[in-house]
Amino acid sequence: MLYKNKFMVAVPAALLLGGLATASQAATLDDVKERGSLNCGVNVGLAGFSAPDSDGKWQGLDVETCRGIAAAIFGDPEKVEFTPLTAKERFTALQSGEIDVLSRNTTWTATRDNSLGLNFTATTFYDGQGFMVSKDLGIESLEDLNGASICIQSGTTHELNLADYFPSRDIDINTVTFDTPDQTAQGFAHGRCDVLTSDTSQLSALRLQLPEPDSVEILETLISKEPLGPVVRQGDDQWLDIVQWTIFAMVNAEEMGVNSDNVDEMRDNPPNPGVARLLGKDGNYGEQLGLPNDWAYNIIKDVGNYGEVFSSTVGEDSPLKIQRGMNALWNEGGILYAPPIR
Amino acid sequence: MSRSPSGDRVALWRNPTFRAYVLQGVLLAALAALIGFIVANTMANLEARGISTGFGFLDERAGFSIPQTLIEYSGDSTYGRTFVVGLLNTLLVSALGIVVATIIGFAVGIARLSSNWLLARLATAYVEIFRNIPLLVQILFWYFAVLQALPSPRQSLSLLEVIFINVRGLVIPDPQPLSGFAATPWALLVGLIAAIALGVYAKRRQVRTGKALPIYWLGAGLIIGTPLLVFLLTGTPLEWSIPELTGFNFSGGVRILPELVALWLALSIYTAAFIAEIVRSGIQSVPDGQVEAANALSLPGGITLRKVVIPQAMRVIVPQLTSQYLNLIKNSSLATAIGYPDLVAVFSGTTLNQTGQAIEIVAMTMAVYLVISLVVSALMNVYNARTLLKER
Repeated sequence: MLYKNKFMVAVPAALLLGGLATASQAATLDDVKERGSLNCGVNVGLAGFSAPDSDGKWQGLDVETCRGIAAAIFGDPEKVEFTPLTAKERFTALQSGEIDVLSRNTTWTATRDNSLGLNFTATTFYDGQGFMVSKDLGIESLEDLNGASICIQSGTTHELNLADYFPSRDIDINTVTFDTPDQTAQGFAHGRCDVLTSDTSQLSALRLQLPEPDSVEILETLISKEPLGPVVRQGDDQWLDIVQWTIFAMVNAEEMGVNSDNVDEMRDNPPNPGVARLLGKDGNYGEQLGLPNDWAYNIIKDVGNYGEVFSSTVGEDSPLKIQRGMNALWNEGGILYAPPIR
Repeated sequence: MSRSPSGDRVALWRNPTFRAYVLQGVLLAALAALIGFIVANTMANLEARGISTGFGFLDERAGFSIPQTLIEYSGDSTYGRTFVVGLLNTLLVSALGIVVATIIGFAVGIARLSSNWLLARLATAYVEIFRNIPLLVQILFWYFAVLQALPSPRQSLSLLEVIFINVRGLVIPDPQPLSGFAATPWALLVGLIAAIALGVYAKRRQVRTGKALPIYWLGAGLIIGTPLLVFLLTGTPLEWSIPELTGFNFSGGVRILPELVALWLALSIYTAAFIAEIVRSGIQSVPDGQVEAANALSLPGGITLRKVVIPQAMRVIVPQLTSQYLNLIKNSSLATAIGYPDLVAVFSGTTLNQTGQAIEIVAMTMAVYLVISLVVSALMNVYNARTLLKER
């Protein structure tokens, strides 16, 4: 099925772009409200970012971002339809209007932002491309990888990073390309390749799917910057703002110490004017976005602040146990910095 | 103004020929306008949405690597080059698949009609099993269940320490021509021409005298013997690069990707099941009287099959065989499931994703499959015309 999807997405996309001739670019927010749910494109299965749990409910950082947007619009985080997409299908699905927002561990690059008719909103996870190898091989640095076969997912920035990095250092590698993270991990587990490369966050997730997670290690060297975040169609600034400020609200909430447990109390007795503005007690920041004024309250109440989401999906309360590192707040040693709500 | 059969002048709109032309013209104009509208609209909308268009991307640097390339390719090559690389990989697996599917298909089809009970039943089982399992499942079976279960490079299975097979594929020695080798291919060409000339002579001789020459043996001798003799006379100017385990993997030799093998096997075995049925129906369409007549002339069974039954059966077989070949070529696009770098995986997969120019790339890909299919179809039609019943 998955493999046919590419055509199923691409061909209707081609037709749609032609067919939508007369329809002007409708406001995405109006469409979403009229439909009563948000269409969100996510990864087909990547633990910690977007994967269905044992009850079939989607879980992960990228998924929670979409729930946050739904909470901001409807006050209900469950009004989201998730569309699983492979790396190759994702942009066409967004361009053709099949989804409203693409929240699928997508790296922000110049080409993608400028030539695909898309806009990146904000970074939800700062990542870098790393390498996972079997401990038996005794590999210490990337220089030891001469002659190795590397499993990689097609349609990613990783393919390009590899071709940038290794030839310029005279290291000879063979790439083996798969369509989904699952197949890539399977290829690695079966020994089709010596090395699995991807974003380090993905590697931590894929590692858990291996038969023996302790037999492999993730090398320390990162060869690229991979800022991951949600993407929307170009030309609808209001929608871009909604997605962007949903994320900013979650980050600001963490910075102000507002979380899903204390948000009610904070709203009733705001400790400072900043919290009052965030939670809609002061000003009309929600209305400026075309949303209810308690938009941020709903996000935090239903989904949580950035720190809560991080720790329950990929951080210390999850099986992945990824450190905050770069993804800590700016005043806690990271680079997470959201513009103020005022 | 034209005239009715009775010679009276009739109005132009009453003339059926004229009306037909006008109608066709209007229809054509409407179709052209519709296509023009769609194209113009698409362009305008893409422009409005800030999506880049045009074929300029074909000259840009691709920057990703492809595991199997039949022509020179590196990350510095252009996107246009990825198109050619993908196309050649598609053609390679299709050609290999067509050859093997035809061989297995004919063998199984003939075996189904065998008087040997076991052989006929085995052939039936083959057809029923492989025809009824979806191709994608078969591809995944060969790749993940069979080939991925092979040992790692360090524990490779080897044949005489020269040919190695492991989870990374099959590694065979690579012939490296030295100076003076060029004479051998020429000798092969001379041998081929001589064999064809001999065939023509033998046929004329048989028509004239009724005596047959052992043409197959003589022909094989000419085709194999001539280049072999030249090769030995020039001092065997060929060196073998024997694969050797170094570090991670084998160096030297030619590596055949397991993805290629899995796809090749699955396509051949699946399509062969259909070809077997086509061959069986073709053979059964030849009237029994033909075989009985051949038996009455005491022709041996093999010659009866080769010279009497098959040529007549081909008339039924060829048109359907063409469809199967076309199916095989198009099915090869399932390669993307196991990461074989065919046209769909490389060009309308990675290249599409990196450039985002879906419309151009999907259109090019569709055009390629259309052209390949039409060419194969045309070739098969030529062959079909030659095997048609000659009305004398």
